[in-house]
Amino acid sequence: MTANESKVDSIIDEYNAEPGSLISILQDIQLEYNYLPEESLEYVAKILDIPRVQVFGVATFFKAFSLKPKGKQQIHVCMGTACHVRGSKKVLEELERKLEIKAGDTTDDGEYTLETVNCVGACALGPVVVENEKYHGEMTPIKVESLLNSKKV
Amino acid sequence: MKVISAKELEDLRNEILAGKDQDKPCIAVCGGPGCLANQCLEVRDAFVNEIAAKGLTDKVDVRTTGCHGFCERGPIALIYPQEIFYQRLSIDDIPEIIEQTIVNNKTIDRLLYTDDEAGQLVETEGEVPFYKKQMRLILGNNSKIDPHSIEDYIAIGGYSALVKVLGGMQPMDVVDEIKNSGIRGRGGGGFPTGRKWESTRNAQGDIKYVICNADEGDPGAFMDRSILEGNPHSVLEGMIIGAYAIGSNEGYVYVRNEYPLALKNINLAIKQAREAGLLGDNILGSGFGFDLKVNRGGGAFVCGESTALMASLEGKPGEPRAKYIHTSDKGLWDRPSNLNNVETWANIPLIINNGADWYSAIGTESSKGTKVFSLVGKINNTGLVEVPMGMTLREIIFDIGGGIPDGKAFKAVQTGGPSGGCIPESLIDLPVDYDRLTEVGSMMGSGGMIVMDEDTCMVDVALYFINFLMEESCGKCVPCREGLLRMGEILTNITEGRGRMEDLDLIQDLSEVLKDASLCGLGQTAPNPVMSTLKYFRDEYEAHIKDHKCPAGVCTELITYSIDADNCTGCGLCLKKCPAEAITGETKQPHVLDAGKCIKCGICYDVCKFDAVIKE
Amino acid sequence: MSQNSQAPRGEMVKIMLNGAEVQADPHWSLLEAIQFYGIDIPTLCHDEGLTPYGVCRLCVVEIGSGDKTKLVASCMHPVWEGLEVRTHSNRVIKTRKTILELLIARCPSSKKLQDMAALLELKEVRFEPLNDDCILCGLCVRMCEEQMGAKAIGFAGRGPERYITTPFDMNSEECRKCGACMYICPVVELRCQGPQAETVLCSGCINTEPVCAPDYGEAMCFMVPCLSCVKGPEDVK
Repeated sequence: MTANESKVDSIIDEYNAEPGSLISILQDIQLEYNYLPEESLEYVAKILDIPRVQVFGVATFFKAFSLKPKGKQQIHVCMGTACHVRGSKKVLEELERKLEIKAGDTTDDGEYTLETVNCVGACALGPVVVENEKYHGEMTPIKVESLLNSKKV
Repeated sequence: MKVISAKELEDLRNEILAGKDQDKPCIAVCGGPGCLANQCLEVRDAFVNEIAAKGLTDKVDVRTTGCHGFCERGPIALIYPQEIFYQRLSIDDIPEIIEQTIVNNKTIDRLLYTDDEAGQLVETEGEVPFYKKQMRLILGNNSKIDPHSIEDYIAIGGYSALVKVLGGMQPMDVVDEIKNSGIRGRGGGGFPTGRKWESTRNAQGDIKYVICNADEGDPGAFMDRSILEGNPHSVLEGMIIGAYAIGSNEGYVYVRNEYPLALKNINLAIKQAREAGLLGDNILGSGFGFDLKVNRGGGAFVCGESTALMASLEGKPGEPRAKYIHTSDKGLWDRPSNLNNVETWANIPLIINNGADWYSAIGTESSKGTKVFSLVGKINNTGLVEVPMGMTLREIIFDIGGGIPDGKAFKAVQTGGPSGGCIPESLIDLPVDYDRLTEVGSMMGSGGMIVMDEDTCMVDVALYFINFLMEESCGKCVPCREGLLRMGEILTNITEGRGRMEDLDLIQDLSEVLKDASLCGLGQTAPNPVMSTLKYFRDEYEAHIKDHKCPAGVCTELITYSIDADNCTGCGLCLKKCPAEAITGETKQPHVLDAGKCIKCGICYDVCKFDAVIKE
Repeated sequence: MSQNSQAPRGEMVKIMLNGAEVQADPHWSLLEAIQFYGIDIPTLCHDEGLTPYGVCRLCVVEIGSGDKTKLVASCMHPVWEGLEVRTHSNRVIKTRKTILELLIARCPSSKKLQDMAALLELKEVRFEPLNDDCILCGLCVRMCEEQMGAKAIGFAGRGPERYITTPFDMNSEECRKCGACMYICPVVELRCQGPQAETVLCSGCINTEPVCAPDYGEAMCFMVPCLSCVKGPEDVK
């Protein structure tokens, strides 16, 4: 058994290896590795006795999962309706320009992952950008630069 | 402590109440999602530290609570017992509050809310116009309890509805009570809750499930989140009662994974309820047993659909199936299943405690009780509001919501989440209930209410929702997968100036097919945002198509930026900020914008202090 | 409906099918009842030997009466006493045509779809053709799972990004290369060579009955173009 397998084993054990807990198990693996490594998905399929194609289907269906490693810094732009009518699209576009990636992608150096989220529930502050759990309210394209600069060491 | 009978629970309640000094000051800091984003935890810590520093730890309580609703004014704190309402707090205000308000019993004017209309400061929460017209049966308790304390919930009468049910009501009596109350599902469809319970109760099968849908996926809505975060035991109590009525011993709570605090609080509440003997075998000595599991959603809006949610609970992709056989007969693992959303479950203890007659006296003919709305967008008082069904949009938006910011004109309000519709100003006096909203081409949904002003482009809004639904569609059935893709294409063409008048007929055709032939509710209601904007704002569509103009100045392809040489002082700010190097000019000389290079990001327009950048 | 499975075998129910009162076995799907009475309605994701899936929505029919009518996918819908069904109402026809239009725009080279378009008298396609191959009917996925017991292929992704694939998009060890997926696929057959970029619709098949059908039955034809089996003008109907 590899070290990874024992880690995944302990996650699977937590859910009594129930096939119904597949999504919860994948969420915990994603939390552990920041993405879903293929070998861990293979392993989950084997232990839970679920067709591999079902595990792959679930892993690609839900937005919470990523099969690619994510960046160290996670930037989430809220695209909720309230943020949208207050101009979140422009903020996203500016982030895409500055980071030179599209939403959903990770920068080549593995530093940033830029993602959109449907609503973070902070509508009073819209448009909102969440950077590593920290909320930045009333965002504008102009504020994007200082947000990114504050991250650079 | 485990309570094994109704009497023991009463004793416990009395014991908790006896231990509480009602006059002891308590600072209830709102810990709702809006305030959390506003660093309210730092404010809370500042209170705790200041109180410790002043040696008042035994004399003053600090409570971090769920959402108080008035997100616009966050961070918020309520000072009990007077219920003084302090808003927009910063950590610098804290020593003064302790010194003045707690020690010297004086209010601090600067931190009070100003009622602009009356032109005076208001001291208590109840006097704030935002709260005055509300009827906060569900949300009102949030500020009174610590969501991490089952004792707090018991102290305000929690679990007394469960005692009443297990102490003498037959399951069918409970179903009848819920049926008579007239409550309809708060999750979207508005199906009568009692009838749903009855079908599941009557369905054949030994094992039945009750499920709570807390996978709130509507963008711009956080009602269920705030209930689950702020008062998780009310949801549990509702579910235990429902399980008893239906004859179920197992349940699930399906919580959106992006709601970590809601997950934490519901898990803690379940643990506490188990320890107290309110979940598990033989609850309160009644012989009835029920337990719950929490599952986290994988991030798919379509999982709000009951069969998709159940598929996801089975560890499969969240794809809906045809519901010609109802989930009340064959749901989770093909067993009878009853799904209600968070707000519906939270209403149940209220109905049981106060009676169906009391409940059905609130609201309109076809819609009973209160409804929580998330009032957001171009509105002064962003927040969660709870009003009796039947209140008009005008009262909600203007009296409670305080109208539109910056003196702009109200244009429309979008209700019902992505599958809802946009309601124009001419219908502002519409009473809000399930049927009236459907009549005008929108719906209640789960309670999103997004206000739009003159600067909102309705074609852009329609495109936004269609794109949202297209991405969130599971892709299983043809009308929804292909239809939304094409609708998005057509709307994109219109917003980018390539629209044709016949496109409007095509949208109409597609809408009908989506509505008629889609497999599940997502596709069937998906045309609503387009149909309602086309019905009420056709002129905006025509302006995009015929004149290649976006009247609201939103659609980037149809607007141009230029610099007004008369107003430009040549300060150079726009030149410095322009990411496309489209602006040139010498210092103190009027600058020039090269439209060919301009990427229309709008930064120059935003930074210019002299109104010299023109957008048309 | 639970009353469906509870009905004893052998007892028939009455349904109104296009205005005529007929008997139906309550264990039938609505599609089975319709087909039993010889009424032809288009289906794409349906196969008798596989679990109904109800996704192509071409088999929609209108049920109910008065102002309480709706469209349902007949392959999934049960029959019950008194059910009123219309298989070719204007609303049904219009819906089927638009759905087919969406499908053809996705896969203009599918002969099956082009033939169906001719049958349904679809006159124009108003969307940009995407020239895709798969219509995501899922017949192959069900075939592989239910009849072959292999579970070697399945759906991945969602919404517009949904596709059919092997686990992790790699050669799958579960696959026994039996070819059943290809056998059942409605679009893997000979590509229709007709569709022009401007029209999308082939319209070469205005003759809806393939000329070669009596000779070759249902066998796949690999001739390009298909009309090459026509020996002389007298063969063209």
